[in-house]
Amino acid sequence: MTGETVLVTINGDQRTMPAGMTVERLLERLEATAAGIAVAKNGHVVQRSSFGSERIEDGDRIEIIKAVAGG
Amino acid sequence: MTDTFNIGKYEFTSRLIVGTGKYPTMEAMQAAHAASGAQMVTVAIRRIAIDDPRGKSMLDYIDRAKYAILPNTAGCYTADEAVLTAQLARELLDTDLIKLEVIGDARTLYPDTRETLAAAERLVKDGFTVLPYILDDPVACKQLEEIGCSAVMPLAAPIGSGLGVCNPYSIRIIKEGAHVPVIVDAGVGTASDAAVAMELGVDALLMNTGIAAARDPALMAEAMRDAVAAGRKAFLAGRMEKRLYANASSPMRDLISSAGA
Repeated sequence: MTGETVLVTINGDQRTMPAGMTVERLLERLEATAAGIAVAKNGHVVQRSSFGSERIEDGDRIEIIKAVAGG
Repeated sequence: MTDTFNIGKYEFTSRLIVGTGKYPTMEAMQAAHAASGAQMVTVAIRRIAIDDPRGKSMLDYIDRAKYAILPNTAGCYTADEAVLTAQLARELLDTDLIKLEVIGDARTLYPDTRETLAAAERLVKDGFTVLPYILDDPVACKQLEEIGCSAVMPLAAPIGSGLGVCNPYSIRIIKEGAHVPVIVDAGVGTASDAAVAMELGVDALLMNTGIAAARDPALMAEAMRDAVAAGRKAFLAGRMEKRLYANASSPMRDLISSAGA
């Protein structure tokens, strides 16, 4: 596995990431806090309780969202 | 007796729901929220900035012990986008409340009725308490109610326009036919607009720009709070009949005559 990478789309940006990462590791790598955000993978919500087990695969589309001002 | 209203399993005493958008500062927003007496505030859902992943969230400025949060799907143009946004909001905020907004036209921000109905059906099946923003269209409102929405939210006028209630007759028809709360959402510009809307008998108002874009948002929030309460009371009191000619308030008998007759 060492050195292998995957190409993933995060919030519309393509990024190269190490293979085999979990959502939790991805958030750490992005220096994002797990509080105040929610994550979807390929159009499906990833439960917060699954961040540590849900793996990122090549070609995955990841959305990371937060609450902002709105009416 | 307290005049309460319910949206699904949630009960409210305030009939004013306010937004978090367009305020000059977060402090101005918090002051306006407090002055409005609202018990529920809306937020939007957006991607975090990957280059600034620890940027502030709107949740840092809302006391969730005081306010229920109503996330919206603003900015969505398809049912698919709206459903995913709602599901992410539920995961983020731990609420089943969703203001469903599926836009059909960028210039007017009028909703896309077909996509709104499709999204509403999926969200109701998924267990959401759905509050759809919709045109002042009695048929669409009826269909949304039949699908299982917990309220319907017809617009008074285009979002952010401040034009007031453009079609009071259709709002009245919607209210007369509804068995779920009718919440007028969008278009209220000032306190008299709020009173007019509430006098039509609707259950509540949702507003953002009318307060946030005022010169003094907190003072306008207070005015809106009072206008919503006044309009509600006037509706409950039942207004007098309108008539074309005068009808004196003082007795027309025993009048003083300068002629002494």
